[in-house]
Amino acid sequence: MQIKSPKDFWAGLMFITFGLFFVVWALYNYQMGSAVRMGPAYFPAVLGGLLTLLGTIVLSQSFAISGPRVPTINFRPLIMILAGCLVYGYSVKPLGVVVSTGLLVFMAALGGHEFKWKEVGILYVFLALFSVLVFVKGLGLPFPLWPQFLEG
Amino acid sequence: MEVLDNLMLGFSVAVSPMHLLYALIGVLLGTLIGVLPGVGPVATIAMLLPITFNLSPVAALIMLAGIYYGAQYGGSTSAILVNLPGETASVVTCLDGYQMARQGRAGPALAISAIGSFFAGCCATLIIALAAPPLAEVALKFGPAEYFSLMVLGLVAATVLAHGSLVKAIAMVVLGLLLGLIGTDVNSGVLRFTFGIPELSDGIGFAVVAMGMFGVAEIIGNLELKDKREVFTSNVKGLFPTVDDFKRSWKAILRGTALGSFLGILPGGGSILAAFGAYTLEKKMSKNPERFGKGAIEGVAAPESANNAGAQTSFIPMLTLGIPGNAVMALMIGALMIQGIAPGPQVMNEKPELFWGLIASMWIGNFFLVVLNLPLIGMWIKLLTVPYRYLYPSILVFMAIGVYSLSNNPFDLVVMAVFGLLGYICVKLECEPAPMILGFILGPLMEENLRRAMLLSRGDPFVFVSPSKPISLGFLIASAVLLVIVMLPALRKKREEVFVEDAT
Repeated sequence: MQIKSPKDFWAGLMFITFGLFFVVWALYNYQMGSAVRMGPAYFPAVLGGLLTLLGTIVLSQSFAISGPRVPTINFRPLIMILAGCLVYGYSVKPLGVVVSTGLLVFMAALGGHEFKWKEVGILYVFLALFSVLVFVKGLGLPFPLWPQFLEG
Repeated sequence: MEVLDNLMLGFSVAVSPMHLLYALIGVLLGTLIGVLPGVGPVATIAMLLPITFNLSPVAALIMLAGIYYGAQYGGSTSAILVNLPGETASVVTCLDGYQMARQGRAGPALAISAIGSFFAGCCATLIIALAAPPLAEVALKFGPAEYFSLMVLGLVAATVLAHGSLVKAIAMVVLGLLLGLIGTDVNSGVLRFTFGIPELSDGIGFAVVAMGMFGVAEIIGNLELKDKREVFTSNVKGLFPTVDDFKRSWKAILRGTALGSFLGILPGGGSILAAFGAYTLEKKMSKNPERFGKGAIEGVAAPESANNAGAQTSFIPMLTLGIPGNAVMALMIGALMIQGIAPGPQVMNEKPELFWGLIASMWIGNFFLVVLNLPLIGMWIKLLTVPYRYLYPSILVFMAIGVYSLSNNPFDLVVMAVFGLLGYICVKLECEPAPMILGFILGPLMEENLRRAMLLSRGDPFVFVSPSKPISLGFLIASAVLLVIVMLPALRKKREEVFVEDAT
């Protein structure tokens, strides 16, 4: 058999994976109950089954109807943006808004098409000032400004 | 007249200086994000949700509503000037609006879209005032079976609207329903699918999911494309449409408003469907449809009126039934719940100042938009010339702050990144994220109502279709009819055609 529609093939696989996971996990860990008194497993198991079925339809269609190829994945923006979010989250408390904003802005900029130190630097200064003045000072969000080790 | 008394009450609330100010802030912010391609109303409202915690419920809702319909106005500006929809509902406006701009007629296109939107906004506000009270009356009689069937209808409607494969859209809804179940099961207290992560016991925050799926995923997707924008700034000279323009567009505005108001009320509807529907209708009605896509002013007037009308009337199911018709309404419900107000038909009687104040503020907001935006068009155009490499890091920083401030927990950013990745994969595989989001919101509500209905019927699954529950039966029949219609070969082709138009 030949995959005629790669997008549908992978989408079908994704749905089946999610569907089976929810069914198995629900049945294995939670009470099913009855139709009158549904246990915690009932609804997720039924939905998971439905998702598996739908995924199977999509998957089988991918062998019958031809469709477009999956566009190539550009890993640089993907990784830099996602990692930037994580780094921001875990650096706000220990390092403060000023530093964590910088990390996010520079990582995000590295994920883009062109990276010019001067431009990104100006953008960073602007965004850091904006964050501090509007969100921390203005709206009173409880974010530390500077790294903990500096404030002692 | 009761409606008049109620509207008077509403205006007395809405014209207080603080509420006027929040309406103004809302519409300005809304226009701003509507103009900027790459950040939609869902992500913005999600970002600003934490800020509304400190406001009164009325002020919070007025501001959030302003952002939503402000974004509809703003979205058309970038659609017309740069051929980039600032916001999904203005995808259709690109078709003829951009062509008008290329012919040097950006001014009249912008003006007609503002005038059409204002007219539609006023009409839709009136419709809400007239239709909401009787609907809430009916809704008060709804039991769990009716609610369940209504949600089924809403979800089916959402899949019908989605682009591309129907099966994939349904699968996305089901996936959303499942993800919505993560957290503590209200009936048994069991922690479901939390994998021992304490942060997941309250479920995944909707705002975080929305920002990941719509905000982060969109930025990553945009970065893969080359930034090629052509702004027709120098061409915006005469703002005023000619007499001929008015002659051509007034009927389109009327039809767009009527269709948009109707489609907006439908669950799963809202502004996007309204805009698509109105454009198609206008093309059908036109004596020379070949003008469409080449700068026909009706092609701007109709979808712009329709998307604003739809945006407005999509408040009706949210306000009267407590059921969100689209992702923005889901965020509104989130905002209400944070304020300690359970959304539903009782809100109108228990909090008349909130209900009618919001409605009155919509009229005021629409007025602000038309008065402010036409003179401010120069400023919005300047904004459009800001390169994307400055925009996306800024958007990311604001989203990160917004998400982090929800509970001061880095874990929320992990969730945002995970959903950013999922959203990115879904776009690559042509699976629409919007139906998933709707499923995500309705998941727990559906399970709750299903359980109650089954308990009341002693396990009889036919309770949803029994003649003793005509409303529930009606909703399910409507869902079935919708599905059948979409699967009919003739319509299927038509649906693909509409979306092909969108892709070009």
